[in-house]
Amino acid sequence: MGTWRFALNGLWRELRSGELVVLMAALVVAVGSITAISFLTDRIGKAVARQASEVLAADLRVGSGRELDPDWLARGEAAGLDTAQALNFPSVVFAGDQRVLVNLKAVSTRYPLRGELRLAPKLFGTPAAARGAPPSGTAYADAAMLARLGVDAGDTIEVGRLTLEVDSVLVYRPDQSPGFTALAPTLLVNIRDIEASGLLAEGSRVRYTQLYAGSEADVAAFGAALREEDVEGVRIEDEAAAGTQLASAISRAGRFLSLASLVSLILAAVAVAMSARRYAERRLDSAALMKTFGAPQALVLRVGLVHLMAVGVVASLIGTALGFAAERGLSALLTGWLRGDLPQPGWEPALPGMITALVLMAGFALPSLFQLRDTPPLRVLRNDIAPPPPAAWLTWGLALATLALLVWWAVRDTTLLTVIIGGTVITAAVLYGAGRLLVGGLSRLRGNVGVSWRYGLANVARRGQNSAIQVVAFGLGLMVLLLLTLVRNDLLSGWRATVDESAPNQFLINIQPEERDSIGGIFSEAGLGDVVFTPLVRGRITAVNDTAADDWSSPAGEGTRRLGREINLSWSATLDPSNEVVDGQFWGADYSGAPQVSVDEDTAQELGVGIGDTLSFDFAGVPITAEITSLRRIDWDSFKPNFFMVLSPAGMAELPQTYITSLYIPETTNGVLLTLVREHPSVSVIDIEAALAQVRGIIDKASLAVQYVFLFTLAAGLVVLFAAIQSTLDERRYESALLRTFGATRGTILAGILAEFSALGLLAGACAATGATAIGIVAARELFDLELGVNPVLWFAGLVAGLVMVGASGTLAARSAADTPPVRTLRRG
Amino acid sequence: MEHETASVTQRDAATDLVLSARGLGKTVTGADGDLTILDDVTFDVSRGETLAVVGPSGAGKSTLLALLAGLDTPSRGDVTLDGVSLTGLDEDGRAKVRAGRVGFVFQSFHLIPALTAIENVMMPLELAGERQARKVATEILTDVGLGERLRHYPAQLSGGEKQRVAIARAFASRPALLFADEPTGNLDTGTGENIERLLFDLNQRHDATLILVTHDQGLAQRCSRRLAIEGGRLARDERG
Repeated sequence: MGTWRFALNGLWRELRSGELVVLMAALVVAVGSITAISFLTDRIGKAVARQASEVLAADLRVGSGRELDPDWLARGEAAGLDTAQALNFPSVVFAGDQRVLVNLKAVSTRYPLRGELRLAPKLFGTPAAARGAPPSGTAYADAAMLARLGVDAGDTIEVGRLTLEVDSVLVYRPDQSPGFTALAPTLLVNIRDIEASGLLAEGSRVRYTQLYAGSEADVAAFGAALREEDVEGVRIEDEAAAGTQLASAISRAGRFLSLASLVSLILAAVAVAMSARRYAERRLDSAALMKTFGAPQALVLRVGLVHLMAVGVVASLIGTALGFAAERGLSALLTGWLRGDLPQPGWEPALPGMITALVLMAGFALPSLFQLRDTPPLRVLRNDIAPPPPAAWLTWGLALATLALLVWWAVRDTTLLTVIIGGTVITAAVLYGAGRLLVGGLSRLRGNVGVSWRYGLANVARRGQNSAIQVVAFGLGLMVLLLLTLVRNDLLSGWRATVDESAPNQFLINIQPEERDSIGGIFSEAGLGDVVFTPLVRGRITAVNDTAADDWSSPAGEGTRRLGREINLSWSATLDPSNEVVDGQFWGADYSGAPQVSVDEDTAQELGVGIGDTLSFDFAGVPITAEITSLRRIDWDSFKPNFFMVLSPAGMAELPQTYITSLYIPETTNGVLLTLVREHPSVSVIDIEAALAQVRGIIDKASLAVQYVFLFTLAAGLVVLFAAIQSTLDERRYESALLRTFGATRGTILAGILAEFSALGLLAGACAATGATAIGIVAARELFDLELGVNPVLWFAGLVAGLVMVGASGTLAARSAADTPPVRTLRRG
Repeated sequence: MEHETASVTQRDAATDLVLSARGLGKTVTGADGDLTILDDVTFDVSRGETLAVVGPSGAGKSTLLALLAGLDTPSRGDVTLDGVSLTGLDEDGRAKVRAGRVGFVFQSFHLIPALTAIENVMMPLELAGERQARKVATEILTDVGLGERLRHYPAQLSGGEKQRVAIARAFASRPALLFADEPTGNLDTGTGENIERLLFDLNQRHDATLILVTHDQGLAQRCSRRLAIEGGRLARDERG
């Protein structure tokens, strides 16, 4: 006979009976959370793809921290290529007494060679495509920058010695990062204005760029020729390299969010397993009857499969719609953090969710169906005969394999997979153990409470395993939310508290040696005391001991990267109090012997060097070899200029150098900065307060996004609760009927149910608060070097959240047990 | 000639035989060692017979019914159902033998609560591959007096009505053999008598063989033959 017809005949009834609602809800939550993340990463990925070809604003980009050979541009043009140039550096823009740190980007007339700018005539105006540099004397400015300065297109701004009119609002430029923004907004100016601005000086932190575009073959040949010259410190990028880099950054972010959604997936899996077991148990009689009337085992299995798969498909569709809607919320939360408008998603992101639903069903529901298949027909005569429980290896093996498959799919990394699976199993075991202990502890209280509570607590203890699973499910969800709201604030404010009130709030960089006296004068006139200038030189490490830097293998990859790059160094005769020598000895104040270097202890570890090793440097062609004589631990929270490497001072004054300083400028004397920047336009002022506020803003948005994803975890926790309640509902009805027969009122029974779920909620809240406190303390110690105390608000919030969520929803879900007339239940029993 | 007659008689006897039990025994292993529930039971049932299996509680009546219907496997002996030996068949094989050949009526009705009356009756028909399942089910439900209750769920029916649905379900696929386990055990006397009448009436009209297990002497007396099981052994085999 047609299995499909037979199965589908019964399906509608199954769905209408509500038996499969919890199973469906579990799948909807799992599919919803996975799909939301997939849609988001798809949209960002599309934005990346859209921009991959124009991400360089050219076909070939040559960049360096030093001025580039102008001859290359001529050679490029001779080879038939279009060319443009750009340079960018941090600078401060003023409008009235408002100021903001920007990434100033000066471009030549033909910029961008690939892609287009999008400019709006006013803030929040409709953008239109445009090409070319802003006319001399004008600028294109980021909306964020204009908003912070309180000006709009048409107004004037000051940068260095220049007064510029804001021509348009810069909505998009092709070479901006399509993913997560850099800290500073962009100000686009004409490269011809740079000289007059006085912003450039020797040693300024400028990035020089040359852009080339043309036919594929011409560009490739030209790029190959430049690469052959192998000029130090020059980076040559083509489209392919840029696209890959961006794509991997985006996929990392996507994977991180997928990991967060995995927690809900695991909980949903528990709910799927529980409700599938209930589905199977409720159908044992029907299965036995079908077999009695001649149905083969395969048919019984197929009917169950068709039912569950149909539920899976319906749940997938609902979950996908939910995920689509949830993604809108998620991307709205991240507005401002994600750049530009995101393209609409395709249909492909719906696939992972649907596959997840089917995989979850296969991994967590199949063992119950096998049990259904094995129901002995004899059960029609003897109700106590049940099929043997599915083999433990099948249940756990299938569940673990499914979990591993889903995690691997999310992270695509074997090591990470092992860590996550191991971590999950251990965490779940610890939480489960704690849950069982707490549940066990409750039963001791039973002697001292009233009848309702005794009935409730007895239920918690009797269903020990289910109770512990619920405590774990809710404890986990609540813990993450507590961690991301309360503990995060504790950590940040704890860290802020360690920073001295009068700690520097402004960093001044790019100070030329001859400007020191004048700048010192400006600050002492303003009553800000003496300013200490720290010298800064830029150089590269060329060798470690006698091994060339390229051949030196450092224990951490980070160290190798540091070896290839230009780094900032300083020299000093004495050591600032924010440094502590942890190994070796710092040279004396009057030391004038051979060069020595003092290295930050973490950097030394990364590079794989120690006391007695030698480092060779190249400072713009000047070679210096220095012996490592001390290792330092640096207190970065002091906000003072500090360096990973500090050299002994003898002979260093000859190197090309700039100076930096940091100082505390109270709000009231803010005007002094205006004077400073007008008189010394090439000096960059970095407002640490504003930078910190921006960092905090990003942390806030990131944690908001993660919290949002963890709402799915709570939803999954609720589904687990409902699944657990549903699996005990028959038993509860029977017991409540018995109790009512013996004279208990409906109120007494409801009070018992309320007591049971309140106790569970309090346990989950206690678990969550303990977990969040423990993780908070570890994070405080490891990340912020802080001692974090126990926050009573955290405990209060945890217990109240647990009580309200588990207590209220559990009571609501189980209340029907008290509502069923006892006579009906007892007759059925 | 003599030889030919003997052969025909043998064939007729074989055709007449719808069920045969040979040396049937069931032993289970419990905490206190082996326990023999049924031992060395041998009998034949001819087509059209009505047979009551009687005996005190725990005598092994239900075990015998389960073995005869192939719901359970014997420890010893063999059952031949409608000409097919159940020995050596696996669960699916035994189910195949039952499909369309065997009907059941249970003490506790065993209706599927999620299905309506007509859907419950259609179930074995669909399992047997009957294309006209809905039509056949409607006819037989009308026949048992439930023509107005086709779309009622079991919870909306009285005990007697539930058993009528169960009887309709049992006869719907026109089985050669009908097993009934205490069919009136859960019903009051009046309803029980109505159900009894219906059962025998349908059995006669469908020309089926009825094997029922009962405590009810009255019901047993309506049968053409009674097997008494005592202590797991066949104590008496009475006819008439």
